[in-house]
Amino acid sequence: MPDVPEVLTAPLVVEFPFTRSLGPVRSAFLTGLRERTVLGVRTGDGRVVVPPTEYDPVTAEELRELVEVGSGGTVTTWAWNPAPRRGQPLTTPFAWVLVRLDGADTALLHALDATGPDAVRTGMRVRVRWAAARTGAITDIACFVPDDGPAGEDLPAAHGGEFTDPVTLLTAPARLDYTYAPGRAQSRYLQELSAHRIVGERCPSCRKVYVPPRGACPTCGVATDTQVEVGPRGTVTTFCIVNIKARNLDIEVPYVYAHIALDGADLALHARIGGIPYDRVRMGLRVEPVWSGDGRFPDHYRPTGEPDADYDSYKELV
Amino acid sequence: MSKEPVAVTGIGQTAHVAARRDVSLAGLVREAARRALDDAELTWADIDAVVIGKAPDFFEGVMMPELYLADALGAVGKPMLRVHTAGSVGGSTALVAANLVAARVHRTVLTLAFEKQSESNAMWGLSLPIPFQQPLLAGAGGFFAPHVRAYMRRTGAPDTIGSLVAYKDRRNALKNPYAHLHEEDLTLEKVQASPMLWDPIRYSETCPSSDGACAMILTDRAGAARAPHPAAWVHGGAMRSEPTLFAGKDFVSPQAGKDCAADVYRQAGITDPRRQIDAVEMYVPFSWYEPMWLENLGFAAEGEGWKLTEAGVTALDGDLPVNPSGGVLSTNPIGASGMLRFAEAALQVRGRAGAHQVDGARRALGHAYGGGSQFFAMWLVGTDAPAT
Repeated sequence: MPDVPEVLTAPLVVEFPFTRSLGPVRSAFLTGLRERTVLGVRTGDGRVVVPPTEYDPVTAEELRELVEVGSGGTVTTWAWNPAPRRGQPLTTPFAWVLVRLDGADTALLHALDATGPDAVRTGMRVRVRWAAARTGAITDIACFVPDDGPAGEDLPAAHGGEFTDPVTLLTAPARLDYTYAPGRAQSRYLQELSAHRIVGERCPSCRKVYVPPRGACPTCGVATDTQVEVGPRGTVTTFCIVNIKARNLDIEVPYVYAHIALDGADLALHARIGGIPYDRVRMGLRVEPVWSGDGRFPDHYRPTGEPDADYDSYKELV
Repeated sequence: MSKEPVAVTGIGQTAHVAARRDVSLAGLVREAARRALDDAELTWADIDAVVIGKAPDFFEGVMMPELYLADALGAVGKPMLRVHTAGSVGGSTALVAANLVAARVHRTVLTLAFEKQSESNAMWGLSLPIPFQQPLLAGAGGFFAPHVRAYMRRTGAPDTIGSLVAYKDRRNALKNPYAHLHEEDLTLEKVQASPMLWDPIRYSETCPSSDGACAMILTDRAGAARAPHPAAWVHGGAMRSEPTLFAGKDFVSPQAGKDCAADVYRQAGITDPRRQIDAVEMYVPFSWYEPMWLENLGFAAEGEGWKLTEAGVTALDGDLPVNPSGGVLSTNPIGASGMLRFAEAALQVRGRAGAHQVDGARRALGHAYGGGSQFFAMWLVGTDAPAT
């Protein structure tokens, strides 16, 4: 059993601001919220769906008959949230509630600001607390609050869904927080890299040497546990010249992105070539790693000055 | 018991553009599905199941969008399946749907694939900042460009071949009203003068970023007999995969692609694809992949694919037209791109391809690949029902 390396973990945050084209129905719904108006849509069987859908869940027909429902309603079910998380509607403990607004036949999911779970019950009356600044988003409803008033009358009411300056596009930031663990093989590899050694792993079945190692041979499906130091020198098997600046990457273009078969490895790894004008890089060029500062990986590879490798010597690795 | 023959009786697609700001995701898929139903003269009630595909959820950031899209596709109360195989997904989605009909699980299936790239992060959604790993140095084109260089080295192809493909496909797109790029003024010289993005791949040799959807109605013999227009019949279909990276992988001509094509040809009784197939819609996101796939799919011997391109064989009026629709180089709603290849092959053998119809096309191949050349999906469709 090889030494168990230090188990590496690190946070991985994946975050993008996505956009959503709303289409006619959701555009009217969200613009309505901005104007303190809650809209639903009438389905083929006469029910009122809130929030409104574009297509009938029963008949699949297109739905466009918008109606206004009340800003008060009845809780149909709920769950207490004792520890709100980042991005949730309230920062203090609250109830997740399904609220059937007056005039609607379906319930809307939102937050209820209540003093505790004892203050919440199915069937209780609630009303919308509007956000002070409204932009045409579901958060224009800041939350619901308990309400003693009677149910709204004459609802639903016809509504054309027309507003000036309608919201048609929404930005929806999405963020996922992971803890990333690279696993045993890669941890060993990283440990060796810190001493500027490039160590791959050999498959016990096909004998191929994988760099970086993954802990298993993807062809044979068996664990690779024999470590093999490769390189540090290698051969450029193929490459491209990159003329587009990459996001979050501080490298001046143009630069050469190459596949490099390190001596003793059975597949190429990918790295940048430096120390030579970009337009003089060629297949077969012999290169070696250049380490800089406290970088975990070689900063780039540079020519060794050896004669180019013969094509036949690396063509199986292209 | 033999398989049920599978017929394509309805095809619909959106007019592909850079950004469809006027519709939601639901509105976008609805448009394609509605057109496919209209082509088959069917209603939502005639559909027994829905099979949907798209590229990774993180492109648009809607997790499991099929749940939200069920209303728009009339799928409530019916089986609905989601397929995901990266860029090949449009092809594999159609094959899963076809297999449901072939196995007599369902009689009539709506299959659909889409991407709304304007609301997506296709370029960086797959390049996550994974800890302990070297940042990816190049993006999608940078992943494929070294393989193009390897192809050029291996075959001795002149470096103008890629531009010939790009020019041909963009000219074909002018005949396809649904294509995204309609570059009336494009000349071969302009393609060849366009900037190098990932040398040896030039700007004009890369695919655009599109919003679009494609849908098909697949049905059994009885369904085909009721259809108002001629059907395309599925003569063979297969999927294969292999790891993205492994020792011995041939990036220029992946084994999984060869095996997939061989399986399709065996099912369809094709022994000489170059002579027996009348039109090909293949997944060419970077122009050089045309000659590469011509070899991988058995239309040319190894090292000879570029000669077909150079000789004009793959032109719309050549004897093996490739991408008469304009292809991925002219339209790329990623998740839908594979299904568009399959659908365009079916349009050809139905004689319903309009201005980009290949005269007398009776057998056509639709091809899709995805990931790091690791997923392959293909089907061969014909004018005649397969012999049973």
